[in-house]
Amino acid sequence: MWMYALRRLVLTIPILLGVTIICFALVQIAPGDPITSLVRPDTPPEQIAALRAYYGLDQPVVFQYLMWLWRVLGGNFGTSIANNAPVASEVMRAFANTIVIALISVLFAFVVSLVLGTIAAIRQGGIVDRLVTALAVFGISVPTFWLAVVLVIIFAVNLNWLPATGMGASGSDSFNYFVWDDFKFAIMPIVALALPPLAIMTRITRASLSEILNQDFIQTLRAKGLGGFQIITHAIRNIMPAAIAMLGLQLGYLIGGSVLVETVFTWPGTGALLNKAILTRDIPLLQGTILVLAGAFVLINLVVDLAQSLVDPRIKRS
Amino acid sequence: MNEMRSPDLSLVEAQSETPEAYVKVKDLEVRFVSREATVKAVNGVSFELKKGEVLCVIGESGSGKSVMMRSLLQLHAKKRTRMTGEMRVGEHDIMKVTEKRMSELRGSTISMIFQEPMTALDPLYTIGDQIAETVMRHERVDRDAGWKRALELLELVRVPSPERRLKAYPHELSGGLRQRAMIAVALSCRPSLLLADEPTTALDASVQIQVLVLLRKLQREMGMSMIFVTHDLGVAAQIADKVAVMYAGRIIEYGNARDVLMHPEHPYTRAMLSSTIKDQDRSAPLDTIAGTPPDLRALPDGCSFAPRCKYAGPECLAAMPPEVTDGRNHMARCVRVSAVRGLLAFEPGLAAANVPA
Repeated sequence: MWMYALRRLVLTIPILLGVTIICFALVQIAPGDPITSLVRPDTPPEQIAALRAYYGLDQPVVFQYLMWLWRVLGGNFGTSIANNAPVASEVMRAFANTIVIALISVLFAFVVSLVLGTIAAIRQGGIVDRLVTALAVFGISVPTFWLAVVLVIIFAVNLNWLPATGMGASGSDSFNYFVWDDFKFAIMPIVALALPPLAIMTRITRASLSEILNQDFIQTLRAKGLGGFQIITHAIRNIMPAAIAMLGLQLGYLIGGSVLVETVFTWPGTGALLNKAILTRDIPLLQGTILVLAGAFVLINLVVDLAQSLVDPRIKRS
Repeated sequence: MNEMRSPDLSLVEAQSETPEAYVKVKDLEVRFVSREATVKAVNGVSFELKKGEVLCVIGESGSGKSVMMRSLLQLHAKKRTRMTGEMRVGEHDIMKVTEKRMSELRGSTISMIFQEPMTALDPLYTIGDQIAETVMRHERVDRDAGWKRALELLELVRVPSPERRLKAYPHELSGGLRQRAMIAVALSCRPSLLLADEPTTALDASVQIQVLVLLRKLQREMGMSMIFVTHDLGVAAQIADKVAVMYAGRIIEYGNARDVLMHPEHPYTRAMLSSTIKDQDRSAPLDTIAGTPPDLRALPDGCSFAPRCKYAGPECLAAMPPEVTDGRNHMARCVRVSAVRGLLAFEPGLAAANVPA
């Protein structure tokens, strides 16, 4: 087990290096000059050249990459062009906001989808099964930004139960998820984020569970005299490798794809930060954000692989 | 032929069907109903089995042998299955027991070994867990006691280094060991009826014999009744007391193993026996049974084997041939078979007129 974990960990290093190269290259390829968006149109060319040299933008690309990588490894993601603040702290603060609501969303979706998917798989063709199918189709087809807006209209505007946007008085730094006055700001973003993964995971749970329930060993379990609950326990444990893989994928999707939801709710996460960085062509900020997101994605996959090998003994020894 | 049979005739008669039958199946019919078609999988099967006896059920794929056996455990999906007839195991009326009672019988009084040891065990649970689980379910003991019992059982089924194998997962064991583990699961609560559904078919030839010998030995030691489904006649000859030959969901020949295997009377049994490889000349082509088994969704009237039978005449297709039984309880269901001087005799030229009604 530990050998497998170590090997898997070492294997992530080249992946992470690849991630840094792509992050760096993506921004190089993108059109637009960060300096022109920083200065007034009538700035003299020599002043622009000086700025260029100051930010290292006049160096060869490979050199720029290595310089950048060296600084990144030291935890220095550079300085934001837009507001001169260190990128690292800004990205990490935003990332914390994003990862927490993404985790809550995906875990909520995971638990609910297991319950709904299991009921649907056991009572195939029943009322719950049809409702679950309807819910799943709804969840997959509805765009999250539309859902987010509808949630705001219903719960913030009409019912006035929940705040519409932002993180409230505490703000990013002292936000406490265990205090209702803070947490109520997170509820609608969490729900809006959770619906698509919930729908997809419910479908997957139902499909993989009904496949498992048709396998030979289920008949063995029945022939052993086990009751329905025990048999379902066996079956659920057997879909866990697939469910965990799905959980990881959805979490990755949530941290990367939360731009729209975070924009609607003005939730100060990486999605909103990306939005801001792109609009202001803030290259260090953009690179830093993408890098953190990509790195998080790689780490999530690592954790998923390790978790899978814990639940499925066939994985680690092969 | 008759000279060979006569000496032990009295002996066999003395132990023929008596009320002490432990397993009693009468007129069992099993139909699988779906929107498209009704599959008549078992069409009136009757047999009796005493304590400690081994019944081998022989037949091609699709002859209903596995379905018949799964019925004894009520393993079919209730919604799609129609079952009629009688099934008794000991004092339990299998047709009438509640699902809760049935699940208590499964794995304790009646247990089953499946054909494919690859897929019949849960891949994510250790062997020890899978054995202990059954013990815990039926004997209401804790996990430690269950594992202790599992260790004894692995020793009983001769698994080498059983302590290590308890903690192994199914994919870490060979096919033979997996099937032994499966047998250990089945025997874990000392069943009085063991159902074995082609337990050696998926195994290597050398392992087959080992597992077979082990099963026979354990069956004798524990005094279990056993129903053993196979399509291997050699296997049947090894372990059977009684043999039932099934075709299209019916028993078409039944009797003591020696009678059925040495002196088959039904044309199907005869054809099947002559299509096995014994000491034939290599250059001679093997006998095979022409044609394919009938479609169970649309069974013809009359003898189901008639379309493939070289002795068949128009009378075979008219109506289902009656069972013909001799004094030794050897039964065949064929219009060309009659009981002559207390023994079954197959007479290819004989017309239906000679058959007792």
